[in-house]
Amino acid sequence: MLDRSLIGKTYPECFFLVNKKRLIAFAKATQQSDPIYFDEDIAKKDGHPSILAPLTFLTTTRYEQEKPYQYLDDLGISLGRILHAKQEYTNYESIYAGDELRMDSKIGDIYDKKDGMLEFVSFISNYKNQKNVLVAESVSTLVLRNNEKK
Amino acid sequence: MKKNEINNFRIGDEIPNFHIKPISRSMLTLYASASGDYNPIHIDSDYAKKSGLPDVIAHGMLIMSFLGQTITNIFPQGSIKKFESKFIAMTNINDCLTCKGKIINIELKDSLKRFSLKLLVIDSSGKKKLSGSAIVELKLNEKK
Repeated sequence: MLDRSLIGKTYPECFFLVNKKRLIAFAKATQQSDPIYFDEDIAKKDGHPSILAPLTFLTTTRYEQEKPYQYLDDLGISLGRILHAKQEYTNYESIYAGDELRMDSKIGDIYDKKDGMLEFVSFISNYKNQKNVLVAESVSTLVLRNNEKK
Repeated sequence: MKKNEINNFRIGDEIPNFHIKPISRSMLTLYASASGDYNPIHIDSDYAKKSGLPDVIAHGMLIMSFLGQTITNIFPQGSIKKFESKFIAMTNINDCLTCKGKIINIELKDSLKRFSLKLLVIDSSGKKKLSGSAIVELKLNEKK
């Protein structure tokens, strides 16, 4: 069983620049058809300050960290044993090219189902922009299958 | 354009389906590079086979991004307050997926019209891949 005492453990703040090139590449890879996601002129004509980050763009911030899965290491979980079970985003403000985001993260919860066969870890990240405004919260829940051990 | 369509929505209505092109290796490689998620299970079939899978599987977050477009095709992104998805089954190469959305509640609150949406991604045989939900809040009398 995972160490429940790690619930609430916080991780150092990370900084990310929402880079225009990165947004355009993400829009292309996710096949966005609306040009507000990749054409700055059209985005501006539509009333946006710059290119808009798509709904799931914050997922990329994880991989910019030096150790994206430090919390899994802390819990003693290897990447090969987990699957992404659930992803939640709460959006407060739109994110645009040029924004500088600060991410605070913590282990939100650890719980199990089916008599411990499945264990879940939720990881909560809050994002603030350069104006110190909370723009979004992400809750990413991973599932760990313990059936091999029994 | 979107405005009239949105105003006509009633509880129980479905929003238009969003059809995803068949999942290909190049889509997964492109997404790995754009997202930074280079987990080899999505791009290296030898690794996937060693892990007990028939082949590489799609990034769940890629499929979630398609589900997100099902909503943004109709509602302005800034009005989407909550968006969540559960990953039910793995998506394989050549899967043809369809994203669906249904309005399960509409409430008026202060000067806001709040829509609750139930979302689903299925493959061509009807198997569920993702299920999700979203909360959309539009200001009444908003121009766009």
